[in-house]
Amino acid sequence: MSRDFLRQLPHASHAFQVRASFLRRLHIDGWLLILLLLLCAIGLAVLYSASDQSMATVHRQATRFGIALGVMFVFAQISPHHYRRWSPWLYSLGVLMLIAVLVLGVGAKGAQRWLEIPGLPRFQPSEIMKVAVPMALAGYFADRYLPPRIKHVAAGLVFILVPTLLIAKQPDLGTSLLICASGLFVLLFAGIQWRLIFGFAALVSACLPLFWMFLMKEYQKQRVLTFLNPESDLHGSGWNIIQSKIAIGSGGLDGKGWLQGTQSHLDFLPESHTDFIIAVFAEEFGFFGVLGLLFLYLLIVTRCFFIAARADDTYSRLLAGSLTLTFFFYFFVNIGMVTGLLPVVGLPLPLISYGGTSIVTLFVGFGMLMSIQTHKKVLPR
Amino acid sequence: MKNRDFKDPIRENRVFTFRAILFWIVVVCLTCVLAGRIFYLQVMQHDRYATASENNRVLLQPIVPNRGLIYDTNGKLLANNRASQSLNLIIERVDDVEQTLALLQSLLPITKGDLARFEKRRKQRRRPHEPIQLRTRLTEQEIAILAVNSHRLSGVTVEAELVRHYPFSKSTAHVLGYVGRINEKELKRIDPVNYSGTQRMGKLGVEKFYEAQLHGLVGFQKVEVTARGRVLRVLEREDPVPGADITLYLDSNLQDVAEQALGDRRGAVVAIDTQTGGIIAQVSQPSFDPNLFVTGIDTKSYAALRDSLDLPLFNRALRGQYPPGSTVKPFVALAGLEYGHINWAHTISDPGWYQLTKGGRFYRDWKKWGHGKVDLNLAIAQSCDTYFYELAHKMNVDDLHDFLWQFGFGQRISLDVAEALKGILPSTVWKKARTGEPWYTGDSLNVGIGQGYMLATPLQLATATAVLANRGKWLQPRMLKTIRVDKDYIDMLPATEEIAATPDDVTLKRDANWEKMIDAMESVIHGRRGTAQGIGKDVQYRIAGKTGTAQVVGIKQDEEYDIEKVKERNQDHGLFVAFAPADEPRIAIAVIVENGGGGSKSAAPVARKVMDAYLLPKLAAQAEAAISNE
Repeated sequence: MSRDFLRQLPHASHAFQVRASFLRRLHIDGWLLILLLLLCAIGLAVLYSASDQSMATVHRQATRFGIALGVMFVFAQISPHHYRRWSPWLYSLGVLMLIAVLVLGVGAKGAQRWLEIPGLPRFQPSEIMKVAVPMALAGYFADRYLPPRIKHVAAGLVFILVPTLLIAKQPDLGTSLLICASGLFVLLFAGIQWRLIFGFAALVSACLPLFWMFLMKEYQKQRVLTFLNPESDLHGSGWNIIQSKIAIGSGGLDGKGWLQGTQSHLDFLPESHTDFIIAVFAEEFGFFGVLGLLFLYLLIVTRCFFIAARADDTYSRLLAGSLTLTFFFYFFVNIGMVTGLLPVVGLPLPLISYGGTSIVTLFVGFGMLMSIQTHKKVLPR
Repeated sequence: MKNRDFKDPIRENRVFTFRAILFWIVVVCLTCVLAGRIFYLQVMQHDRYATASENNRVLLQPIVPNRGLIYDTNGKLLANNRASQSLNLIIERVDDVEQTLALLQSLLPITKGDLARFEKRRKQRRRPHEPIQLRTRLTEQEIAILAVNSHRLSGVTVEAELVRHYPFSKSTAHVLGYVGRINEKELKRIDPVNYSGTQRMGKLGVEKFYEAQLHGLVGFQKVEVTARGRVLRVLEREDPVPGADITLYLDSNLQDVAEQALGDRRGAVVAIDTQTGGIIAQVSQPSFDPNLFVTGIDTKSYAALRDSLDLPLFNRALRGQYPPGSTVKPFVALAGLEYGHINWAHTISDPGWYQLTKGGRFYRDWKKWGHGKVDLNLAIAQSCDTYFYELAHKMNVDDLHDFLWQFGFGQRISLDVAEALKGILPSTVWKKARTGEPWYTGDSLNVGIGQGYMLATPLQLATATAVLANRGKWLQPRMLKTIRVDKDYIDMLPATEEIAATPDDVTLKRDANWEKMIDAMESVIHGRRGTAQGIGKDVQYRIAGKTGTAQVVGIKQDEEYDIEKVKERNQDHGLFVAFAPADEPRIAIAVIVENGGGGSKSAAPVARKVMDAYLLPKLAAQAEAAISNE
């Protein structure tokens, strides 16, 4: 407490206080908002090109951004204490809905991911888990002695594995990995001992062959095989990754120019406005453009780290830290996969790729981060 | 223990802050890894991927030049290009190939051969989205059926291509040859760039010989395509140079007359315009429909043609090597005169046979009782074998070889008739090399009447006759009359290694022997005792000719033939060579009718009909011109 108090004093200039107090009353973090808006704008511009200049697509995406920003604003108003109280309930509800999806869910493209509840729009319960898992784990560990003891770690792992496996069963490998990661990030921030981390990592790598043999679906195996050797299947699944590499590589230093990318406009690049949109961006804006985009992502992540590090209590810190790393995980895996560093898992590029619910979920996370930043008691009002 | 039971917020905060900074550094590092990966792709590997992208986007399409047309001497089209619709499958766009094939088979006739060729092409390397041909020559009705069912046939396309067509079909098959799908052997030989879009090339005859000229030069267009192969726009275009149109000396009317005259007998006719050397008729019967070969003949039809006893695929006019029989006698006689073994007054008394030595083997004349007192003129007119036995006996065979060689026997002297064979003109050297045995006088006797080892093709006989008609002046037989170069038609043969050099003109010590020999040959037709006087009736011009009958030796007795056929196929070949008008020759002709019996009965009437068809209009025009001049 005393350290926090001392840290505030030298910065308490008058001008900063006025600007901060206005946004603070709205519970908005100015820096984060500006960076996010910038990213959304870039996203819309790239989408316009990637969707073959379909204004309708851009409109739909812009509408989603609008709704998502509204949702973010609402979530920013709610104090982290409420999140902490809701955590177990939201998590339990989420798990129930995941089970419901497996039983009653609606399918698309061979995967059963959607749930239709009368009176509500169709949605994916896995989206809820993207925030519910970090919330629940943060709540669990905030109440426990930290660094966590082994039995608590084990309990935490169970909390992570249940939704992860339920989502993997749908099957939705990308999201299940994302949710698993978001839970593990809470464990990492909670101060789990390094020997446990490395021991666990060793255990997981030892289990990989079992995972391969019993859990992965044929098409998922195919993706990994294709990742290891894209040339093995030129016209099938290797095609995507080869074409995306061509798109990126042909962009060169300064790119072919906006709307000038041939790989996407001539349909060589599949999924060009969803998962592979970074290839369109890289083709049209080149290496400098990609550097700028990566820098923007890094700024957002840095700001989120800052918010997490300066949060009031352990729950907020753990939640913020997990949300931050999850956001990073999102774009790292997506870009890694499109550039051929990682196997193809269906994860979109956050705030750039075209897509519905995931955008709202992302902004819910940012709303929570803003809430954490702006509901601190120690800051002057 | 105490520390472990109570939460320590300061310690928690410290651990968290430490880890947050650590993870932030990890995040920065991983982002740098991404940046490094992008740098590797975009900067270090840029050239490679830029090329790949360009190769994706830009498709270099060859534009096949239109094949040159072939006309006959009167400007009648002998070979043209017809639009043909073909059925193609783009495998990448077909949902289920087997199902689609089954559906197509239920809609229109698709043969097993079509399917086999399709499967073969399907296995070959190709670009993604490249159509694979399944059937050619779709009819309007079939195209309509496909259009109606198009919703069930994704990936099935109908494409137009130009396909060679021979309107005269069988009539010109042996002259023009045909174009067919390029095979692997040819693929190694042809220029891959110029033939990049070409599917067919000349296989035989004129089509093969003039392949380079008829084909033209390929054009190119660079087009921008989508991944699905749809062409968006043409970026660059270089027009092809169409193949040169060529005009042959061949006269399709004459060709027709010759065929009619031969009827359904096996045989060959070669007629040469003695003023140019142009081949105005070249018939080999039976023949085949060359159009079958253009789009690919099915195995069964091909086997039927290949295995037919009548050998319809065999070009008798150029490759049929027959004993010339008595048609060689005028040339042998000229040799005898040249070497001084006989003169025009030389007379023998023919008992109907000749013996080398007393009590030796009888060499029989075709006339059992003999011709009595025979001089050279009568020996030609009556085709007296005994006279020529005696002459050949006296003459050194190598002298005879050298003399006959000048008329083109035993060699290939045609200009642009690639497939012509050389025949055999025997000599002591030849026999030693061929059989290892020395030359016997008996061999000479046989050669003296055009039997034994000697073989000649109808083209060679016609050529030698033309040289004789021109009193020794050489005009090499040729197919090409004019070729279109740019926009002009010029009378020039292309420079090719296949073209033989022009032989020296034949000169005789006594020039008068030409006219005397031609007189003797005229008496074959017009003389009271001539062997071919049957065709001399009501003829409006003078014909110089010589009949011949060649004994058939080759038939294999052990093969199972229809008894009637054996009988028929053991008959002699009838031959006839002639030129007309005798004083101012315009046409030289050689006719062979296989197993037709004596040449005077079988071959000579064919020649008469061809000569009539060729000369009568020309003579009438000449007469008319003469009248109008007065």
